[in-house]
Amino acid sequence: MKIRLDHVVKTFDTFRAVRDVSLDIESGELVALLGPSGSGKTTILRMVAGLEYSDGGHIYFGDQDATDIPVRERGVGFVFQHYALFPHMTVAENIAFGMKVSKVKRERAAIDARVSELLRLVRLEGLGDRFPAQISGGQRQRVALARALAVDPKVLLLDEPFGALDANVRKDLRRWLREIHEELGITTLFVTHDQEEALDLADRVVILKDGQIVQQGTPEEVCRNPQSAFVMKFLGDANVLSAEVRDGKAYASGASIEVDGLVDGKAELYARPSDLDWSEQGPGIPAVIARVLDRADGRRVIATAETGEHLEFDVAPERALKAGKGGFVTVRRAKVFAA
Amino acid sequence: MSANLTSGLGRRKSPRVGDGPLFRRALIGTVLVIGAFLILAPLIVIGFEAFKQGWKTYSATIANPDTRHAILLTVVTALIAVPVNTVFGVAAAWAITKFDFRGKRFLLVLIEIPFSVSPIVAGVAYLFVYGLQGIFGPYFDAHDIKILFALPGIILASMFVTAPFVARELIPLMQSQGRDLEEAATSLGASGWRTFFSVTLPNIKWALLYGVVLCNARVMGEFGAVSVVSGNIRGQTNTLPLHIELLYHDYQTAGAFASASILAIIAVFTIIAKVALERQGAGRTRKTVPRPALAANPAEKSS
Amino acid sequence: MKRNVLPGLRLSLGVTLFYVGLIVVLPIAALVFKAASLGPEDYWRIVSSARAVASYRVTVLSALGATLFNLFFGLALAWVLTRYRFPGWRIVDAMVDLPFALPTAVAGIALTALFANNGWFGSVLSDLGIKVAYTPLGIMIAMCFTSLPFIVRTVQPVLEDIDPALEEAAQSLGGSDWEIFRKVILPLLTPALLAGTSLSFARSLGEFGAIIFIAGNQPMSTEITALLVFIRLEEYDYQAAAAIASVLLLTAFVMLAVTNTLQARALRYTVRS
Repeated sequence: MKIRLDHVVKTFDTFRAVRDVSLDIESGELVALLGPSGSGKTTILRMVAGLEYSDGGHIYFGDQDATDIPVRERGVGFVFQHYALFPHMTVAENIAFGMKVSKVKRERAAIDARVSELLRLVRLEGLGDRFPAQISGGQRQRVALARALAVDPKVLLLDEPFGALDANVRKDLRRWLREIHEELGITTLFVTHDQEEALDLADRVVILKDGQIVQQGTPEEVCRNPQSAFVMKFLGDANVLSAEVRDGKAYASGASIEVDGLVDGKAELYARPSDLDWSEQGPGIPAVIARVLDRADGRRVIATAETGEHLEFDVAPERALKAGKGGFVTVRRAKVFAA
Repeated sequence: MSANLTSGLGRRKSPRVGDGPLFRRALIGTVLVIGAFLILAPLIVIGFEAFKQGWKTYSATIANPDTRHAILLTVVTALIAVPVNTVFGVAAAWAITKFDFRGKRFLLVLIEIPFSVSPIVAGVAYLFVYGLQGIFGPYFDAHDIKILFALPGIILASMFVTAPFVARELIPLMQSQGRDLEEAATSLGASGWRTFFSVTLPNIKWALLYGVVLCNARVMGEFGAVSVVSGNIRGQTNTLPLHIELLYHDYQTAGAFASASILAIIAVFTIIAKVALERQGAGRTRKTVPRPALAANPAEKSS
Repeated sequence: MKRNVLPGLRLSLGVTLFYVGLIVVLPIAALVFKAASLGPEDYWRIVSSARAVASYRVTVLSALGATLFNLFFGLALAWVLTRYRFPGWRIVDAMVDLPFALPTAVAGIALTALFANNGWFGSVLSDLGIKVAYTPLGIMIAMCFTSLPFIVRTVQPVLEDIDPALEEAAQSLGGSDWEIFRKVILPLLTPALLAGTSLSFARSLGEFGAIIFIAGNQPMSTEITALLVFIRLEEYDYQAAAAIASVLLLTAFVMLAVTNTLQARALRYTVRS
């Protein structure tokens, strides 16, 4: 099912949670809504579900205008942030709930068969008789997903699906959700504030800020070509240097880099820790190593430039660098945005 | 905002269960009407009956020596029973929440017992302690000490029915606050009293006041238990509720309702105080154990 | 030995035990002792006398009726107070406590004045052929009044605490309002409802002040058990008073145990998933 949001607006009292958002989600696509808290991502998800009604604009499911269809008739599967499992029902009863209240009456045996099929899909065979309080967080998450899938939804919507879980459980579930998506091919939209999660999992990432879409694209597009300082910073660690643009080149305390499309004047240069390097001789940004942090996957160096700016960059663990050593930070790659 | 043209009215809020306008209005209407008949009407009828024969009769009833004595007795009872009860409540809460000892559960149940016992049973029970047929009755009688059919009996019976009021407000609150603050104060060298007055008390003052207000309301209004132990001697051992009964059975309806109106006013002020204290956070500490504020709740689950 | 770092155990526990012993345990023990001194045959004769049995009957039946009414009305009131906002809801919320704050004798004469044949409601009802005052219906109304807050105040916090996401989840799965109420909300409220119901029932069984004015107090028909105890006292029949009071006491303990059990169950689902 293809979903289209057309100039959607939502205001809570005086707070404009969603401002004029238009978005197309292709059938079978797995899309992440990524943004900091208060960016309106959950509100958008809830509007697609019909749990929140938009104040303006339209939401289309396929060719049908779904804007005013109430949630119970919209045919979406919604997985809540804290799962919202019915505490007084067993896992199996939770999963069967949607089929039991459905207008399409089903045989009891058919429901039971579907429940065991779903339990198998989410790898919870044998746990059908447990109550939600008796299973782990990761298992609850999977029950919530099975319950949402039980009604054969046109769209699957997940609100911070892994937000309440431990780091290692998260990684497992992430890979597993991707597998399920590939198996079922159901159009899926999920909300997260974790950029790693969005980039790992989604076909396409929609980045939101203050109720507006600031950029969308494949993980490659948004990572390699961030179009604003916000996206650059939000997607990962970034060094910021004040720079000056003159004649298609940006100059930042000893380093310079080619830029196009920027008018002359003040600018900011953004570089990932992996985009910088260290050299004993110039040219580069003169700096003194302040600290060397050793990590399992490499060595990070924090250096203080002559201008007082701090720069962080990664070097191979074999390189012998010590605090107090002077030298130059070289810029391999960087993005420049007008200040 | 042309997009808004197609949108219907009331599409801004997503509806919750039971939010259909028709159902909602019908339910609110039904509940308010029944509530008005069952709860509000009795309050109104008190005022109406009290003033039916005019302000003069009203003030004459209040000024009647028997009524004034009943008021005095009620106030004196409250002035003794409430502070004693408060001291007990604080002591019980301190013992139960700050220490671990065997039989704590049982003690909690004992404290809550008066809530579940009929006031008549309480009165009868006191009769069998201090009455002539009771355990200590003959002894007190021989030494010419009057407990039953006198002020001490009224106070004791009132203390029985209100025993849990203060303790019940403090225990869950102090339980949830833990012992850290007191232990810190003690480790800094503060004495027990100092710790209580400067560390514990400021944190429990609203709940304490809440318990005191509710306790006072019950003491002033207690009827069943007091009517057994007081002996209903007009002008001597009649508290206000007993005085009301006496007047009512004497067919002095206006007088009965005039006296009742005093207690009704106290009840209204109690509710106002209760709401005000709840805004300060009192009475709301028990998040998981559901239980009515003024009501009995025997099941205090200590964790 | 557990750590007892803080001072004041002796004093506070001493005060507590002395007070509980003197004020609560001693009188109840005295009553039990008095009733027990009767001997089984006399005891049974008194508590199973026709008049006593008739009083149990009217008390229990009226209490059942009142509790049943309060179960529905209390739930509706709690629902209205937690789910809807309307002008004056704060006042309505505060007024729910009136039956607890208003002394029972005051409530008793006020209800009697309302429901007597010449009263505001009584005159209308008697035109319809319904007599309330001095009948079991009057007892029931007095019990409704005094025990209403129990159910409202037990259900209200639980209703407030139900995670809205549960309802939303049920909606997104296609449940209608009625199905969601019956299959999701009501089961979550049931423990609280039961606890409130048992509190309300227990209170109704022991109620005295509010009832004696509106009840006809006719032996065998409108005489509640608590009143029978009182009457036996006035007749100086202390043994009978002790025996019948002990029945009330026993009932109270049974209800206490029931409520305890129900409230333990009420906590079962409060751990949010």
